[in-house]
Amino acid sequence: MSRLRFVASAVGFLLAASACSPAASPSPSSAAPSVAQSASAPATSASAAAQDFSGVEVNVLTFTGPQIAEPLQRHAPEFKAKTGAEIKVVTVPFSDLYQKVLTDISTGTNSYQAFVFDPQWMGDFVGPGYLADLTDKVNSDPVIQWNDIGPFFRDFSATYQGKVYAIPLDGDFHMVYYRSDLLSKDGLKPPETWDDYLTIAQKYHGQDLNGDGSKDFGSCISKKRNAQAYWFITSVAGGFIQTQGTGQGAFFNTDDMKPLVQNDGFAAALDIYKKTTDYGPPDELNEDVGATRGNFTSGRCALSMDWGDIGPLAIDPKSSKVKDKVGAVILPGSKQVLDRASGKLVPCDATTCPHAVNGVNHAPFASFGGWSGAVNAKVDQKVQDAAYAFLAYVSAPEQSNKDVTIGATGFNPYRTSQFSDTSLWVESGMSEQAAKDYLGAIQASLQSPNMILDLRIPKTQQYQQVVLDQAVSQFLAGEIDRDTAMKQINDGWEEITETEGRDEQLAAYKASLGVQR
Amino acid sequence: MESSANSSSLEPRGPIPTPGSGLDSSLVEPATTAHAARRRAGGLASLIAPKNVFLWPALLVVLGLSIFPLIVSLYLSLSRLRFTASGIDIRLIGFSNYQVLLFGSEQVHLVGLLKPPSPVGWAIFVLLTGLLVLAFGRAARGGVRPLGLLLRAIGGLLGIGLAWLLVQSTFSAGGRPGTFFVTLTYVFVGLAFQYGLGLGLALLVTQHLPGRRFFRIVFLLPMMITPVGVAYLFEMLTDTGKGPFLPFFQAVGLGNFTWTTDPWLARGAVMIGDIWQWTPFMFIVLLAALEGQDQEVLEAAHVDGASPWQAFRHITIPAILPVSTTVVLIRMIEAFKIVDLPNILTNGGPGTATESITLQAFFDWRTQALGRSAALAYILLILVTVAATAYVNLVRRRVTVNA
Repeated sequence: MSRLRFVASAVGFLLAASACSPAASPSPSSAAPSVAQSASAPATSASAAAQDFSGVEVNVLTFTGPQIAEPLQRHAPEFKAKTGAEIKVVTVPFSDLYQKVLTDISTGTNSYQAFVFDPQWMGDFVGPGYLADLTDKVNSDPVIQWNDIGPFFRDFSATYQGKVYAIPLDGDFHMVYYRSDLLSKDGLKPPETWDDYLTIAQKYHGQDLNGDGSKDFGSCISKKRNAQAYWFITSVAGGFIQTQGTGQGAFFNTDDMKPLVQNDGFAAALDIYKKTTDYGPPDELNEDVGATRGNFTSGRCALSMDWGDIGPLAIDPKSSKVKDKVGAVILPGSKQVLDRASGKLVPCDATTCPHAVNGVNHAPFASFGGWSGAVNAKVDQKVQDAAYAFLAYVSAPEQSNKDVTIGATGFNPYRTSQFSDTSLWVESGMSEQAAKDYLGAIQASLQSPNMILDLRIPKTQQYQQVVLDQAVSQFLAGEIDRDTAMKQINDGWEEITETEGRDEQLAAYKASLGVQR
Repeated sequence: MESSANSSSLEPRGPIPTPGSGLDSSLVEPATTAHAARRRAGGLASLIAPKNVFLWPALLVVLGLSIFPLIVSLYLSLSRLRFTASGIDIRLIGFSNYQVLLFGSEQVHLVGLLKPPSPVGWAIFVLLTGLLVLAFGRAARGGVRPLGLLLRAIGGLLGIGLAWLLVQSTFSAGGRPGTFFVTLTYVFVGLAFQYGLGLGLALLVTQHLPGRRFFRIVFLLPMMITPVGVAYLFEMLTDTGKGPFLPFFQAVGLGNFTWTTDPWLARGAVMIGDIWQWTPFMFIVLLAALEGQDQEVLEAAHVDGASPWQAFRHITIPAILPVSTTVVLIRMIEAFKIVDLPNILTNGGPGTATESITLQAFFDWRTQALGRSAALAYILLILVTVAATAYVNLVRRRVTVNA
């Protein structure tokens, strides 16, 4: 009897424990995809072509949101009401996305018919013929208004080797955000160089910036490994390394494909990047962009570096404490730049920095290129058509022009009309000045002749998401010193280049830089 | 496989190994040539013998589920995968994957950043080398056969090499341990605490204290939670900025401090989680062993005036030794494969500080470096096999002598 009681009470305890423990939440690494099923159809807007896709089911794979997945999930029922196609949005953690796409198509599983991913990976997906050629579709489709999409995004995010494989849904640049209320109160200018950035960060670090009585931070930059943080080091290094215009490239030497990571310019960038950690939240190394954006919009940071997301997030009345207190500028630059022959830093002058502004060499980084949608080439034509029609529907101005003004979507402006028409932004709650400031910072980056194009060659994901991410995070954690970090990136990149073939990689790199804006 | 099943039923076995002869000595048992020839001849015929046909399903399951994956992953570890229009192109590239891991760009990741050892490092190296030499000397004097001695010599040299890498990476200025030594730290520090705490708790519960039944259940709970759940739990607990202990951390002046950005503190957090989860396993098995031991002997010792410590040292410890060795072996093999906790709790970070070999292999697999991932798995397999065999060799003599 007593044994029975022992067992009964044990079972009771276990049930209680398993109910209370967080064990029920799925592991992000278990990669169990969560399926967001479209609900019943609400009212629709009028622009999508009236094609009939009844009975067609499209699984769209993207990353665990809420950003990016949210607008797709929201538009799915609308699209169903319009065309009859059932859209299911399947999400996996960002770090799993690349291999999910690859394994799904390469093994012939084809359980996903469309992908919303990083257009930098096209080099690995287009070669084996995984993605459908959409060139004819976009050119003949009135819904998508292809020519309204910014030329850069049409050519860079959407096109590979002269053909269109992806539909841009998002426009991406790194910018620096600052608290305009703090800087104007103290008569400070927004940072022009990274030294300015550090000075401002130091000044405000440890002060109460949002009036809640606790100490806040000078600078918030997402630095989490295995997330979306590995682009930021290039944003700091760019101003040191690329001086002669977009075609010069910031990752490899265009003569011999030698990495540009073992030189005084990259060393200076690593030092600055590490220094920003001193003025950041204590847990900065574990913060992804979601956490950093939350910190900034809750008023806890004086400065931040991010994509376009903070602009619209800062006007969200539900979460933002910094409405109309946020300014944005083009990425800071440097007054000293790399001399590629010697590997040393030299002062900016008319020859060394032909594109300098006020003696400062800026190299705005078109990091990532913007979330883009592509169609699986291995599925039925009817399903391909439905998948394309859905992506075009989401990208169409009628949907997109609203989505880019909502911070939670993760979509940033990429259409000409979104830059020219400030009324979109004012309607969404931004002040006229803030809208001009925000769009101005993006446009200044977009129009810079010295813009850095992100890497987009075969094995890009290995170069950046594996080798670069790992070495930089080890360096930030104090596990390895600066020189070891640079050597590790150099050796890792050289290994990939050797494996893939130096000539092939060099040709691909040069072709990727030849993109005309 | 089948021939050994056959021989065990039909033919007399070789001499039974004497206690203390060591594992390897049984490998060189003098099987006569006639013996071996008969076995070989019988092997094929016996395959189709009616009674052996019934063994086939089991055999196929073992081949299909254990041997086949082992061979395929060996093949993968020697190849590189490419995605092409027609599918996957697998190309043999020899030992390149191993070369990259052990000597190439991934050396810092797997082995560590090697710098000249500090004085403490030198002391540890001398100590470890001394212990290995001592153990070898004892084996040499203890009448171990030549092959056994040779294996021990190779093992010893390997051990000295590893000790040298350990002090260069972990006990040096500017060095850092790679996933290899981080995994070993998880295994040995974790095991020591789990065994010590488990034994302590088991001893407590065997005392006639009030509420011991209740605690017997409570102590078991952590083991029942999935490791992912434990990882989330500890992620919240160690979060000084937002977690439930925020008021506590602020009160003691640690509001702006974080565990998970310092390499050793982060490793500590992972180990605490692991110890918390697996101590109950030690506890429950050791409790059974303690409760199963002969009470009469203990009572006799008590009557003879033995102190509780003497009774524990000379009666209880030997009595639970066989169970202890088994439970430690099981946990050791399991602990080498730790992956959930560092993955969720710290994401392998800061940097790669908390990554285990398994987690490193998982990250490689995720980035489609399947060859390197398989090579890591093989390195882990060799490490576990060597560690487990050495351990069994070490404790076998004591257990058999005591028994």
